[in-house]
Amino acid sequence: MSARRPIPRWADIALLPAINLILAFLVSGLVVLLVGENPFHAIQVIIYGAFGYGDGFGYTLYYATNFIFTGLAVAVAAHAGLFNIGGDGQAYVAGLGAIVVALALDQTHWLLAMPLAIIAAGAVGGFWAFIPGYLQAKRGSHVVITTIMFNFIAAALMVYMVNRVLKPATTMAPESATIAVPGRVPQLRQFFSFFGYSPVNLSIVIAIAALIGVYFLVWRTKFGYAMRVLGANPTASRYAGISNSKMIMITMTISGALAGMVAINEVMGVQNRLVLDFVAGAGFVGIAVALMGRNHPIGILLASLLFGALYQGGQELQFVIPGITREMIVVIQALVILFTGAMEGLFRPTLERAFMLYTPEHKTEAVAVSTAKTES
Amino acid sequence: MDIATILSILDATIRLSTPLLLACLAGLYSERAGIFDIGLEGKMLAAAFAAGAVAAVTGSAWMGLLAGMAVSLGTALLQGVAAITLKGNQLIAGVAINMLAAGMTTFLGQTWFGQGGRTPPLNEGGRFSVITLPFASELSGVPIIGPIYADLISGHYLLVYIGFIMVAVTAYVLYRTRFGLRLRAVGENPKAVDTAGISVVALRYQAVIITGLLCGLAGAYFSIAQGSGFGNNMTAGKGYIALAALIFAKWKPVPAMFTCLLFGFLDALQIRLQSARLGGIEIPVQAIQALPYVLTVILLAGFIGKAVGPKAGGVPYTKER
Repeated sequence: MSARRPIPRWADIALLPAINLILAFLVSGLVVLLVGENPFHAIQVIIYGAFGYGDGFGYTLYYATNFIFTGLAVAVAAHAGLFNIGGDGQAYVAGLGAIVVALALDQTHWLLAMPLAIIAAGAVGGFWAFIPGYLQAKRGSHVVITTIMFNFIAAALMVYMVNRVLKPATTMAPESATIAVPGRVPQLRQFFSFFGYSPVNLSIVIAIAALIGVYFLVWRTKFGYAMRVLGANPTASRYAGISNSKMIMITMTISGALAGMVAINEVMGVQNRLVLDFVAGAGFVGIAVALMGRNHPIGILLASLLFGALYQGGQELQFVIPGITREMIVVIQALVILFTGAMEGLFRPTLERAFMLYTPEHKTEAVAVSTAKTES
Repeated sequence: MDIATILSILDATIRLSTPLLLACLAGLYSERAGIFDIGLEGKMLAAAFAAGAVAAVTGSAWMGLLAGMAVSLGTALLQGVAAITLKGNQLIAGVAINMLAAGMTTFLGQTWFGQGGRTPPLNEGGRFSVITLPFASELSGVPIIGPIYADLISGHYLLVYIGFIMVAVTAYVLYRTRFGLRLRAVGENPKAVDTAGISVVALRYQAVIITGLLCGLAGAYFSIAQGSGFGNNMTAGKGYIALAALIFAKWKPVPAMFTCLLFGFLDALQIRLQSARLGGIEIPVQAIQALPYVLTVILLAGFIGKAVGPKAGGVPYTKER
């Protein structure tokens, strides 16, 4: 077997992720079996908990909203060849932008407060990613390491800000003042009683807009093209006259701003105040979502729904089957990252061989030539 | 501040530096061989859990230590398969390992012991006890040297001494042995190593195995030496501080020791002082907590010296055909 031919596009974007996902579920199922529970029952509980009734579905959408933002953040950076592992920290500090605007304008109307809070949260989150971007572009420090460090710096900063600056003198708990009702982002349950008491709110509209926006940015603009060239081959992009350092800084800022939108959902839509650790690992789920969704908005939407369902179903799981805690979901998420992100080599060569075996030789040649033509 | 306070802070520094040091040296082997390892945290956490769980069940600290090292080794090999054999993304593998460890330890802890993810508290034999070095009590009366020897150097857990001995061992292995030379070469220029007829894959696996074993020691330290039993997310980001220390030390063993001592000292300081004053300005404790990360970022950015990692780091090696 000489030259390796790439597998067909549909297999690359659908079949491979599906196989990896199934594998992740199989391994998780084995773990569930190992502790003496029935994995099929567990899946039933998760599906019912996530989709079976209005509240559950609302919670699924609420989680998915966060994951769309963090997934897009990882994906945008990935298109430029950058691994932004700091979505958690960027979303966390963006809470500052959101809460300052929200508290200042909470006596007016959410239609005024929300857009300004989006700008503020995006600016703060973007700034938190811009610094690692700048350091990568101008000083050559690896963006992965700096974004990890910035997650921890963000955690320390936020504990200080919440406890020493934002906490009103009258409250004991480490949290900011509460946003008054007019400044809160409306809940979907105000329009559809179907959603029960779930916290899904209008931020999900922002998330959908972000999905569409990222699609246009990456595939329909000159900037997006430059971004993808940089990601595919930094040397080529430099020779094409693209300023790599500028691209890195702008891309990281956009990525951080997207992660920062989590703050709109959490601070203005759900908690109505700034609390500690409100991001709760959503930044890391974003890595799984982006890997699973192949960095494409449609894929990210589906993967976000999947993980939203897993998080909500996982909550349900620990009530119904006390033997399984919701950390099982973190295990599934880790396995998805492992199989789709780091162990791609497990199935890809086999698939390539399989597709070559089942396709007549001249046909593969023809396909290879035609794809080469369309891609050039 | 009197001498007793200073000694107690320095004593805490040594205790808090040890897991950092072991994890940092663990990372050193991997990264010097050209494999970025952001999964130190996960391997330590898995080891801490395994050590705590087995020590609780068997009542033997040594069995716990062995279990911790075995689990950490297994995790390291999983990461090795992804990074070396399957040529996957090393950074993503690290993220996955950290997440897997965080999820599995809490999940299994809750399922097996039902104490909210904690393992049962250990009795006497299940936990390492401190070692009193010879003549510690006799010398404690001697001024200056006495208290330093008796309080600071003597009276630590076995793993503390192993940690500091490992610095010398690592320095020797890295710079004075054939294996060390090859290890450094494979991180800088794997092709040259391959051309010389030495297996890149075998070398990198050896490095990953050492990393796994050392992370096992670091993890066990948390649950069966410093602590008595495993607690949820017990390593609390120490693996990332160790990674920062490794970069700060520019991937060298002796500077790694000093960096870990510095970061351990900062940790001891922030536990001791809830806030410090410097020239009338109050320094919040969070600033001290963030300092290791800030220092690492500044160093990475090349504002004070320059940290350049092994050249072939992060790149899977593909043999030309």
